[in-house]
Amino acid sequence: MKKQGKLYKIWLLFLTFFKIGAFTFGGGYAMIPLIQREVADKRKWITEDDILDIIAIAESTPGPIAINTATFVGFKTAGFFGAFASTFGVVLPSFVIITVIAYLLRNFSDYKGVKYAFFGVRAGVLALIIKGLVSMYKQVQKNLVSYVVMGAAFVLVAFFNANVLLVIIGCAVFGLVTSIVIGRRAKNDLS
Amino acid sequence: MIYLKLFLTFFKIGLFTFGGGYAMLPLIQAEVLKNEWMTNTEIMNFVAISESTPGPFAINMATFVGTETGGVFGAVCSTLGVVMPSFIVILIVASVYEKFKKNKVVAGCMTGLRPAAIGLIASAALSLAITALFEDGISVSVFKSVEFYVSAAVCIVMTVLALKKVHPIKIITASAAVGIIAGYALNLPV
Repeated sequence: MKKQGKLYKIWLLFLTFFKIGAFTFGGGYAMIPLIQREVADKRKWITEDDILDIIAIAESTPGPIAINTATFVGFKTAGFFGAFASTFGVVLPSFVIITVIAYLLRNFSDYKGVKYAFFGVRAGVLALIIKGLVSMYKQVQKNLVSYVVMGAAFVLVAFFNANVLLVIIGCAVFGLVTSIVIGRRAKNDLS
Repeated sequence: MIYLKLFLTFFKIGLFTFGGGYAMLPLIQAEVLKNEWMTNTEIMNFVAISESTPGPFAINMATFVGTETGGVFGAVCSTLGVVMPSFIVILIVASVYEKFKKNKVVAGCMTGLRPAAIGLIASAALSLAITALFEDGISVSVFKSVEFYVSAAVCIVMTVLALKKVHPIKIITASAAVGIIAGYALNLPV
């Protein structure tokens, strides 16, 4: 493979991430096992340890996990153009499929049967979001700071119509300040 | 200009969402409602479509909103917008990532951002629930309508199934089937 050069590697990155984008339903986390198989086990572009790092980094940088992961793996494997090829690859299937669906929806959404289907589906979607909330809640660290932030973010947006963006920024700053204060206090207790 | 607006709006969404799953929902909902690109009902319909088609929710959503408001070029602009922040940030982080992992500022911000995502999604879920269950707003007459009871029953049953790790696509298919059967059987208004 070394002889085939960088261009070939970039092409393979595109193909691999195109496949990952075309076959994962439900976004970021659903992609991780497939990335592990394709990129770590099969191609050996990155190691299993890298995968854990990638997840941690994807979670603490802005943007969808899928994009973060594709960019990161592409960059580690073949530099800037590798990052570009894998990100383009992971986005392309969604882009094509959704463009087609948008077109179909415009033509079929007036049928009674379709409307009934969506009526049922909206209740189902609510269930999926509730499930997503429950699993996120299980994973988050439970302490006073996180309860305060959770409650404040919910109440501010749900009942006071606060700007979501400002709430996100506020919560990040609050997290930073409390972690500094708690860190200092722990240090003082030790000395 | 719609193309620039699509790009900038989705750039903002990409830049300020942390984490996976539905973390992007609250910000997308806020922006899309503000610009009157979609209603709550359409957002929920689209979440279902997004769950049953491959690819990340954020990309699906950006492409859909882009297509609906500005055609294929609109879709290119919004998708580019939502991808760009991650792409740039990861390129920077990838070259300094040992330092990034140990950075206290990043870790500190995350202690606020993780629980914030939960609170925000809960608030988004509440407003979607109100739309799904009480389409015309909450009032006494709602509790006399058949639709309310069908929706509530579907939601409760599906939540139980989802918590038992039934696959999202099965949940959506089953909900659609119940919707069609109940719709025709009870001749619900649409």
